[in-house]
Amino acid sequence: MSSVLVFLEIKNLEISRISLEALAAGHALAASLSLPVDVAVVANPSHPLLATISGKAPRTVFAIDNPLLHQYTQEGYSEAYRQLVQKTGATYVILPHTYQVRDFAPRLATKFNEVLISDVTGFETAEGAGPVFVRQLLQGKLNATYSHTGSGPCFVSIQAGAFRADEPAGGETTVEPFEPKLDAAQIFTRPGEPFRQSAQTVDLSSAPILVSVGRGIKEEANLSIVQELATALGAELSASRPICDNGWLPMERQVGSSGQTVAPKIYFAIGISGAIQHLVGMKGSQCIVAINKDENAPIFEVADYGIVGDLFEVVPALTAAVRKAKS
Amino acid sequence: MKIIVAIKQVPERDARIRIDTAAKWIDLTDVEFMMNESDAYALEEALQLKEAHGGEVVVLSAGPERVGKTIREALAKGADRCIHIQSDDLANFDALGVARLLAAAIKDEQADLILTGLQSDDLGLGQTGVIMAELLSLPHASLILKIEKTDKGIKVLRELEDGWFQHLELPTPALLTIQSGNSKLRYATLMGIKKAKTKEVRVIAPADLGAEQSGRVVTLEHVVLPHKQRTTQILTGTPAEAAAKLVEKLQFEVRAI
Repeated sequence: MSSVLVFLEIKNLEISRISLEALAAGHALAASLSLPVDVAVVANPSHPLLATISGKAPRTVFAIDNPLLHQYTQEGYSEAYRQLVQKTGATYVILPHTYQVRDFAPRLATKFNEVLISDVTGFETAEGAGPVFVRQLLQGKLNATYSHTGSGPCFVSIQAGAFRADEPAGGETTVEPFEPKLDAAQIFTRPGEPFRQSAQTVDLSSAPILVSVGRGIKEEANLSIVQELATALGAELSASRPICDNGWLPMERQVGSSGQTVAPKIYFAIGISGAIQHLVGMKGSQCIVAINKDENAPIFEVADYGIVGDLFEVVPALTAAVRKAKS
Repeated sequence: MKIIVAIKQVPERDARIRIDTAAKWIDLTDVEFMMNESDAYALEEALQLKEAHGGEVVVLSAGPERVGKTIREALAKGADRCIHIQSDDLANFDALGVARLLAAAIKDEQADLILTGLQSDDLGLGQTGVIMAELLSLPHASLILKIEKTDKGIKVLRELEDGWFQHLELPTPALLTIQSGNSKLRYATLMGIKKAKTKEVRVIAPADLGAEQSGRVVTLEHVVLPHKQRTTQILTGTPAEAAAKLVEKLQFEVRAI
């Protein structure tokens, strides 16, 4: 009964990209352990998307369907998934590391007396030993390997962008309906409809150059020095979460997992250490420039060009150099 | 409203990263510690709820003796008392083990609300609160920005991805994991710091909570410094020299300005 079971999410009428990345991770893990892959998704069994699951074909596509799952609740999802994991006897359960998974998967794992190995960026297998999973600690400044030493299923969530989604390869799959037994009386949270706080007035994703500022700027009053650089470059100003948390820039200028995902021609990361939550929002940029006083800051792991130094000296010098080059 | 806030002490953001001799964690010599950021926001929300509705704010923390400094900071900001699960070897527990300790320490408290930060800045597992909710059979909601008391329980604002939000209603008792950024964090006042010295800190050992260490299901094997994903050209010289070199690269190699 050993298998790898991958849970996928449907978002905006598509299997989400991060889900397909998790599926690729599931296939890679299954291949190294010679295990079959099943996938599961909360959907009506006749949903047309189920026939088009791209990448290598899984053995079975479980369509988890119950009226109580039509709106997401952590109680409904964790219980439905518990029943499916139990039914399939899966040895590895792979999930995309989304906000939804972060909400219910720790509960799901706890129901099996297990712990989710969360936000995994890779895994290694060695002959005669179980796989070890790699995840980041200290906001990306350290990598750690974790092994599963429990006797139940091993639960793993996969970080966005850590695996490349497979190209469609066709192959036969069977869609199998799975109706979990759920009790409305066991669902205590009452979710409202998702909404956007306010109309977006800036679309960071279309800006060719972004000048992004982080905690290193120290005070709101200092923002003018990065604003001047942005103006000189004809760039939009953006920020990491702490700057928006402090109210120094509006939330809509935030880049990262809780803000916008961007991929400009040039991304300037100024005084941004490069926590994972920020990196996932900008690491697809064509060129990344990092200015930071700490040469060990994780931002330098993804940067193409770096200046190690005091941003209060470097940024004005850069603004002057840009103005000179453009004049 | 009786509110419990779980707070973790973590290495300071700028702490120097040197791997310890066992390659299991960083060398903590000369490292300063601070209150985990999202936990500080959880404390702030708890204090505001107490100010609005009355009640008690109890801090819950696990860790070695040094955690006392973070506990005193929380008490100085206005928390009423603290439960400190004192242990030098929490690294031997996985997230489930730690959550079991925390849950056991508060199971008789009859709290209306349990708040935690959404994740720690050191291990970043982002799970301890949610696991506690399952262990205590409580409803939970994660990534919460705002909490309002209602007739039947609470109404919360939850942050979703890509700038989306959602309201949720929950009955109490409930557990919430708090996202940073909703309120400005307060500073402790001189009066608060003075008063904190007289507040109750109950120290308990994991053994008093009936915790066994044998049940670890996930094990941190070792830590390494990350390897680079891209080759970074570091531009050196005075600020003006480095800036000039960078602009030249961006003009003639990247050709984007």
